[in-house]
Amino acid sequence: MKILVCISHVPDTTSKINFSNNDTKFDTNGVQFVINPNDEFGLTRAMWFKEKQGASVTVVNVGGAETEPTLRKALAIGADEAIRVNTVATDGFSVAKQLANVVNNGGYDLVIAGRESIDYNGGMVPGMVAGLLNANFVNNCIGLEIDGTSAKVVREIDGGKETVSTALPLVIGGQKGLVEESDLRIPNMRGIMMARKKPLNVVDPVDANQETTSVSFEKPTPKGAVTLVSPDNLDELVSLLHNEAKVI
Amino acid sequence: MSVLVYTESEQGTFKKTAFEVASYAKAVANQLGTTVTAVAINANDTSALGTYGVDKVLNISNSQLDKFNANAYAAALKQAAESEGAQVVVVSSSADSKYLAPLLAVGLNAGYATNVVAAPSSTSPFTVKRTAFTNKAFENTQINTDVKIVGVSNNAFGLVENSGSASAEEFSPSIPELGVTVESVDKATDKVSIADAEIVVSAGRGLKGPENWGMVEELADVLGAATACSKPVSDLGWRPHSEHVGQTGKPVASNLYIAIGISGAIQHLAGINASKVKVVINTDPEAPFFKAADYGVVGDAFQVVPELIEKLKAFKAQQ
Repeated sequence: MKILVCISHVPDTTSKINFSNNDTKFDTNGVQFVINPNDEFGLTRAMWFKEKQGASVTVVNVGGAETEPTLRKALAIGADEAIRVNTVATDGFSVAKQLANVVNNGGYDLVIAGRESIDYNGGMVPGMVAGLLNANFVNNCIGLEIDGTSAKVVREIDGGKETVSTALPLVIGGQKGLVEESDLRIPNMRGIMMARKKPLNVVDPVDANQETTSVSFEKPTPKGAVTLVSPDNLDELVSLLHNEAKVI
Repeated sequence: MSVLVYTESEQGTFKKTAFEVASYAKAVANQLGTTVTAVAINANDTSALGTYGVDKVLNISNSQLDKFNANAYAAALKQAAESEGAQVVVVSSSADSKYLAPLLAVGLNAGYATNVVAAPSSTSPFTVKRTAFTNKAFENTQINTDVKIVGVSNNAFGLVENSGSASAEEFSPSIPELGVTVESVDKATDKVSIADAEIVVSAGRGLKGPENWGMVEELADVLGAATACSKPVSDLGWRPHSEHVGQTGKPVASNLYIAIGISGAIQHLAGINASKVKVVINTDPEAPFFKAADYGVVGDAFQVVPELIEKLKAFKAQQ
C-alpha cells in the first residue's frame, strides 16, 4: 500500500496571531511553525500501517522552501520520502489541485489529510482532492483499518459517530482519534539523522485557478472587563444571564 | 438565477441550522435581487421554510438517501443547483454539510468559503467575512468563481423571520454510486450535541476527577445544554474525545459557554471564542480565562456549581 500524507505547515497552537501589510498578510515574525495537528494524527496512523502492514509513506506539502523543516520533521518521525510542490498555497482549491496531481503521478492508494488546518480552517482540501480524483472520501475520521483494498472507517458525526465501509483508493480527512495524543512521536536523534538523507523532492506546480482570494484580516474586538459575581450571590448571576445577556 | 440553500433535516424534521441557513440565503437573495430555493431531502413537512424567506422548495424523497452519503447528497445538490441556475449555494457548518460541500464545490467549479459569520459585505466582488486561525482572527475572503458556496458558521447569523410562504415541488435527481456504505451509527439521542447546542457547559482539570462530573451533567440538564471538556481532561480519559473543545478539538459557537475549572489556555480560548457569552467559574482569580469572559465567579466549583443548579432550577420554575 502506498500512502500519501498531506502536511500543512502551520503556526504552533500557542502562537499569537498578528497581521502585516495593512492587515493583508499573516505576520510570521517570531512564529514557530509545526506540522498541522490534524495532519500529525494521520501521519502517526500511517506509521502504524508502515510498521504493521508494510506500507510506504510519502509526505507532501504545497508551499515555499520555508516549509521544508516541517517536512524534515515528518521524515524524522518516520516517513520514507517527502515531496514539496513549489508554489505558494493561496486557497483550498489550488492546493487540492496540486495534491491531486501528486496523487495521480505517484499512484497512491490512500491519501490522509487533516480535516482542516489550524491556520486558515478552510476544511475543504481533503474533500476537494477526493472530488478531483473521483476517489472515495471519508471526513472527520477517528478510526481507520485497512484490509487488502477494503477499509473500515469511523467518522465523527454531530453528537456521535458512525462506522462506514469503503474501498481504496480512498481519501481521509483525519483528526484526533485516528491515534491518541499519547501515540504521537517526538523525533529521536537517529530519526533526525536519517531524515537528512531521505529524499525531499521539489516538484513544479500545475496550473490551478485561484477560486478564493484572501483580501484582509481583522482581529476580534477586545473584550470588555469581566463582570465578577460573588459566589455568595449567584442569584445575581442568574439575573444577569437572563436580563442583561439574554441567554437563558 | 437564484440562491440555493441546503436545509438539513434529521428523521424528517428540520434542524435549527436549516432555518438559520435559510435566513442567510434570504439576506443574500435580497442583496442580489433574486429568490431563494431550498433543497430538502426526505423531510416530512417543509412549510416552515417559508417563514425564513424560502420562496420555493425542491423536495427530494428517495430511500437511497435515508442515510447520509456525501457523494450522493453532493450529486443531488449539484443537480438542483444546475436546474435552478443557482449563483450562490448556502450550506451549514454541520459535520455532514462540511463533508459534502467540498465535493459539491468540485462538481460545480465553485469557490467555497467556510465558517462565514456575516452576510456578504459586497456581492461584486463577492466578499464574505469568516473566522480563521481558529477564531483568533477574521478573514475577508473574495470568491472569484461564477457559482459560489458559502458555509455559514453555526449561531453566527441567527434566525430572521419573513412573512412569506414557500411553494414546493418534487425533484428527482439521479444518484451516483455511493462508494461509502454506513454500517452502524452510534448517536446519543437523549443528549444535545455540541454542534447544535445553544448552551455548552464545559469543565476542566479543576474538577479533580471523572467521578465529579455528575454536577456538570446536572447543570447541563437544567439548561438544556451540551457538555464539553478541556483537552487535558480528554487526554486523561476522564471524558470522551468527542467532548474535547478547543483548537484541536471541536469548535464551539454557542450563545452561552460556561467554563468550570478551566484555566483558559490560548488553545482552549481559540476554540470557544466564537461563543457569544462566556461565564467562568474558577478558584484562581488569576486564571487567564477571566480576561476572556463576560461573567466570572471566583470560587470553589464544588460549592458554586451545586448552588447555581438550585438557583437555576428555581428560576426555571418561575418561567
